[in-house]
Amino acid sequence: MSSELESLYQQIILDHAKRRVGQGSVDPSSGAGSELAAGCSTGESHQLNPICGDEVTLRVWLADSRIERVAWEGAGCAISMASASVLTELVSGSTRDDMMEQLDCFRELMRSRGTVVPDEEVLGDAAAFAGVSRFPARVKCAMLAWVALEEAVLAANS
Amino acid sequence: MPILSAPSHPLANDEVARIRNDFPLLANELNGRPLIYLDSGATSQNPVSVMEAEQEYYEQRNAAVHRGAHTLAVEATDAYENARSLVASFVGASPEEIIFTSNATEALNLVAYSLSNASSGRGGEAARPYALGPGDSIVVTEMEHHANLIPWQELAARTGASLRYIPVDDDGALRLEEAAAVIDGSTKLLAFTHVSNVLGTINPVAELVALARKVGALTVLDACQSVPHLPIDVTELDVDFMAFSGHKMLGPTGIGALYGRSKHLRAMPPFLTGGSMITTVTMERAEYLPPPSRFEAGTQRISQAVALGSAVNYLAETGMARIEEWERLLGERLVAGLEAVEGIRVLGPRSGQPRIGLASFDVDGVHAHDVGQYLASRGIAVRVGHHCAQPLHRRLGLTASTRASTYLYNTTDEVDAFLTAVTEVRSFFGASAIGGSV
Repeated sequence: MSSELESLYQQIILDHAKRRVGQGSVDPSSGAGSELAAGCSTGESHQLNPICGDEVTLRVWLADSRIERVAWEGAGCAISMASASVLTELVSGSTRDDMMEQLDCFRELMRSRGTVVPDEEVLGDAAAFAGVSRFPARVKCAMLAWVALEEAVLAANS
Repeated sequence: MPILSAPSHPLANDEVARIRNDFPLLANELNGRPLIYLDSGATSQNPVSVMEAEQEYYEQRNAAVHRGAHTLAVEATDAYENARSLVASFVGASPEEIIFTSNATEALNLVAYSLSNASSGRGGEAARPYALGPGDSIVVTEMEHHANLIPWQELAARTGASLRYIPVDDDGALRLEEAAAVIDGSTKLLAFTHVSNVLGTINPVAELVALARKVGALTVLDACQSVPHLPIDVTELDVDFMAFSGHKMLGPTGIGALYGRSKHLRAMPPFLTGGSMITTVTMERAEYLPPPSRFEAGTQRISQAVALGSAVNYLAETGMARIEEWERLLGERLVAGLEAVEGIRVLGPRSGQPRIGLASFDVDGVHAHDVGQYLASRGIAVRVGHHCAQPLHRRLGLTASTRASTYLYNTTDEVDAFLTAVTEVRSFFGASAIGGSV
C-alpha cells in the first residue's frame, strides 16, 4: 500500500470515521435533563461542501465561555466524518479561547501543504490530519466541521 | 475538406496501444504508478495532432476572422470556416447550422436566452412562435446534467412558463409511460440528454422526439456524452437543437458547438450581441446577420475551433462505429466486473443492456471521495461526486458516486486493473461501518 495513502488515512482517522464521537441529534433540547444547565447558550451551523455533497450540522452548548457539549449530524467521506468526531472529543470542556487556539492551529496546519509540523500539545488526535494538507482537494473535507464549530460558537454568543 | 475513410476491422488492444502513442499525457504516472485514465466523461485527453493544429494556427495564420483584407485574415477565416464544415459533417449537419460556443453549457444557454428574448418580443414577427409565457410548459428529465436543467429553470422563471420533468425509475431509466402525460399541448420545448453522464444510458431519442413533435414542441438534445462516443447523424435524430463540447471529444477546452435547425436559427433573435454579428448599425438600432454569424458575437475561439476540427478528423479517421463498438466492449467489461464485486451497486443499466463505456457506482460503507482517493493511489483517475446531477443522485438515494468512463485509448487491461483496485477498497476502509448518514 502506498505510504502517501497511509499518511492521509491514519489509523486514528479510520477509527474515528467509524466511531464518530458526538454524532447524534442536534436538537437544542437534546441532552436536556442532563448536567446541561438551563443557562447554557447554544448555537448551530450547517456546512455543505458543494463539490462532493459532504455535509455537517453542528450544535454547540456554551456555559461561562466553556464548551459544555458538541453534537453533530452529517454524512460524508471518512476525512470529514473523522474530523467532526475528533473535534468533538478535543474541544468538549475547552474554554472558548482554547478552542479558538485549536481552530487557528488546525487551520494553519491544513493550509500548510505539508510544511508545518503539527503541535500535538494543542491538537491532540487532530494532529493526525497533518497528511491531509498535502491533498488540497481534501482540505475542505477536514475543515468542514471546524468551520461549523466556529460559526456555531459565534451564533451561541450572539 | 479531406474525405476520410476509416478501417472496417474492429478496434482491438494492439491497435489501441498504437493509438495511445498519439496521446502524450497517457504515458504519465499518477502517484508513482502508470496512469490509468478513466475520466474521459469529464474531459478527454488530446492527441498530438490536435495540439499541433492549435500551435500551427498561432504560428502561421493568426488573425481576426471575417474582417480585414490582408492574406492572413483570409487564411484565418478559411481555417475557422473549414473547422465549422468539419464539425458539421461529423454530425451530419450543414455548416450554417453549426454555431461555435465556449462549451455545451453556453450552447444550451444560447437557446434558452434566444427564446427568452423572443418571449420579450425581440426578433419581430418571425420570432413570435418562439415566445414562451404563462400557460406554456418546458419539459426536461430527472436525469439531466445541471447544464441542461438550470437554463430551463431560469427560462421558466423569466417567462412564467412551468417546468416539468419526466421521472426516472429506481434503476435510473426514463419512465416513458409517464412522458406521454408530461408532454402535452402546453409543451413548447423538450430538453433531454442523449446519453446520461451518470448512468451511461442511451435514451430513446426517436420516441421522445415523436412525443414532442406530436404537440409541436421544440426538441433540444444534450449530446455531450454521445457525439464523442457514437456515430451521430443529427438529421436522423431529427432534433431541433443539439449541444456538445469539444474537450470531451479530443479537442481543447473553451470550444463547444450548438447545432440548430436552419429554419429556427433564421427566425430566432440573438443571445449575445456586439461585433461581427450585424449588417447595419445606427445609434438607435441594429440589423443582424443570418445564422450562424448572428449567434457568434465578438472575436471567436479561432484556434480552439481549428483544433476541434483536427480532433474531429482524428475521430473520423479512427472510425466512430469502431469506437462505439470498442467502448461497448469496455463498458460491458466495466459493468460485469463491478457487479461481481461484493458491496458494489452499479447505477443505471445492468450488464448486458446497452450503455456507453461509462459506469457509476456506489461502494457500500465507503464514500465516493474515499473511493476516488484510494483509486488515485493506484494510479487510476476517476470522477467522484454528484457529476453535476444532484436531482438524479437524490432520486437514487445517494449524494455522490464514483464514475469510471472510457474512450478509444483505453485497454481491457486498464479496465481489469481498475476492477482489481475496486475490490480492495472496502477492506482498506474497514467497511461496512464507515459512511452512510444518520
